[in-house]
Amino acid sequence: MAAPLINIKEVSYEYEQTKALDHISMAVEEGDFLAILGPNGSGKSTLLKIMLGLIRPSEGSVELFGIDSRQFKHREWIGYVSQKSNSFNSAFPATVQEVVAGGLAKKAGLFHKLPRNTAQQVEEALDAVGMKSFKNRSISELSGGQQQRVFIARALVAKPKVLILDEPTVGIDVQNVQAFYDMLAALNRERNITLVLVTHDVDTVTDRISHVACLNQTIHFHGFKDQLHMMSDEEREAWYGHSVRKIHHTEGSHTHA
Amino acid sequence: MLDAILSYEFLQNAFASGLIIGVIAPLLGVFIVVRRLSLIADALSHVTLAGIAGSLYLSQSVGALALLNPLYLGIASSVMGSMLIERLRSVYKHYEELAIPIILSAGIGFGAIFISLAEGFSSDLFGYLFGTVSAVSRQDLFIVAGIAVIVLAFIRIFFKELFVLSFDDEYARASGLPAKWIHFLFMIVTALVIAGSMRIVGILLVSSLMTIPVATAMRVAKSFKQTIWLSILFGEISVLTGLVTAFYFDLAPGGTIVVTSIAILLVILAYRKISLSKKRGAAA
Repeated sequence: MAAPLINIKEVSYEYEQTKALDHISMAVEEGDFLAILGPNGSGKSTLLKIMLGLIRPSEGSVELFGIDSRQFKHREWIGYVSQKSNSFNSAFPATVQEVVAGGLAKKAGLFHKLPRNTAQQVEEALDAVGMKSFKNRSISELSGGQQQRVFIARALVAKPKVLILDEPTVGIDVQNVQAFYDMLAALNRERNITLVLVTHDVDTVTDRISHVACLNQTIHFHGFKDQLHMMSDEEREAWYGHSVRKIHHTEGSHTHA
Repeated sequence: MLDAILSYEFLQNAFASGLIIGVIAPLLGVFIVVRRLSLIADALSHVTLAGIAGSLYLSQSVGALALLNPLYLGIASSVMGSMLIERLRSVYKHYEELAIPIILSAGIGFGAIFISLAEGFSSDLFGYLFGTVSAVSRQDLFIVAGIAVIVLAFIRIFFKELFVLSFDDEYARASGLPAKWIHFLFMIVTALVIAGSMRIVGILLVSSLMTIPVATAMRVAKSFKQTIWLSILFGEISVLTGLVTAFYFDLAPGGTIVVTSIAILLVILAYRKISLSKKRGAAA
């Protein structure tokens, strides 16, 4: 059996003597569309950063494609889309095409120029997110939703096997959030890209994902989304506090928190 | 003017150095501006002042160092300043910007002490502060040319990494680019450009040649590469116009170069305003 694409083993993380993550173990298999859910401050973004190697866990280890993350060299296999508002310089003088081509930097390698067919690869990636016609536009002129699509194209251009997204719909209009998740689901279905997503859009995302991880310093549930209803009320309360409630859809077994 | 340049070696040195600086200062300046590091250029230029003043003092008091080109100590202190800024930024993780005023004041502090020890301003020091047309030696020109080779090689080799790092620092690190090392090299190259540019523009105005042409280009450029080319174009126009004006009117070239670059900025801002109001008028 192939090794999980991401294997988190007993990971803990402490920040200024506060435990953000406590002995987390979780595996992400090829083809999963996993949503990591949890209240604010539950350690969701910290867990993503550990997966990406941006921060090191205080305890435990992470394996990427069966290799210890510290020795893992093929970072281009893992695409990353961060929260728009936190990351990039919004007034940056660059075209959409230039930004997406930046996604090939790691794959091309240090001391090497971008490949000759970069323009073609960029067009294909933009096409996948419905932004091909925007390639010559300045990134700063686009709306929040359009910018996030461009950042997904930047991650896709290196043809990653896993795409990790940290609250990608922050700053996107409510009416465009559905279309955004539809696009992610299509990437997962049609291109077999494994997706790991941190989000607060529980209601919108539930219909499209395959797996859920309920996190609040520890993992309270991790499995198929259809099994989420098996969480007891006590477990649910321990995960999200008193305010969470379970809704059963009559047409399916989906459970929303 | 051309006759004078062909006849006098000092003018050849000044114009050749100016032409080189007109390329490398705005070229690196584009990355400095988009990475919001403009103030670091100011801090490093003041550290360079300490090195230059120290060298001028040493050349007065230690006979063996009388012929030492002050540029060498200026470069050394600038590079050291860039490393210290990085060190302080890691010490004050939550107040990274503190590193800049600390290093800037240290530079002025040491500079003031060395100037006092050297018993005040000399014409040499004035040249280093505000630039000079007449005192650029052949050795200075070779140093500037050497720095230019390093800068151009650095940008050519690491262009794609620098672009990604400038646009989105977190993404650069997450995608496995050696962001820390490239930033470190970038700081050293910045220190070299500042030290190299000050012979023509002067320590106090060197950061403006790295930022004003870029600020101007950003108002009209449609892409990152266009921003780079336009910044270099505006930089070259400023340097050449500034040097010619400084030569004819016997002024400090740092001043004339910066005033020219400000004039270009104002023209571009006015052009943008007029073209925008025309567009709005047509749309209404």
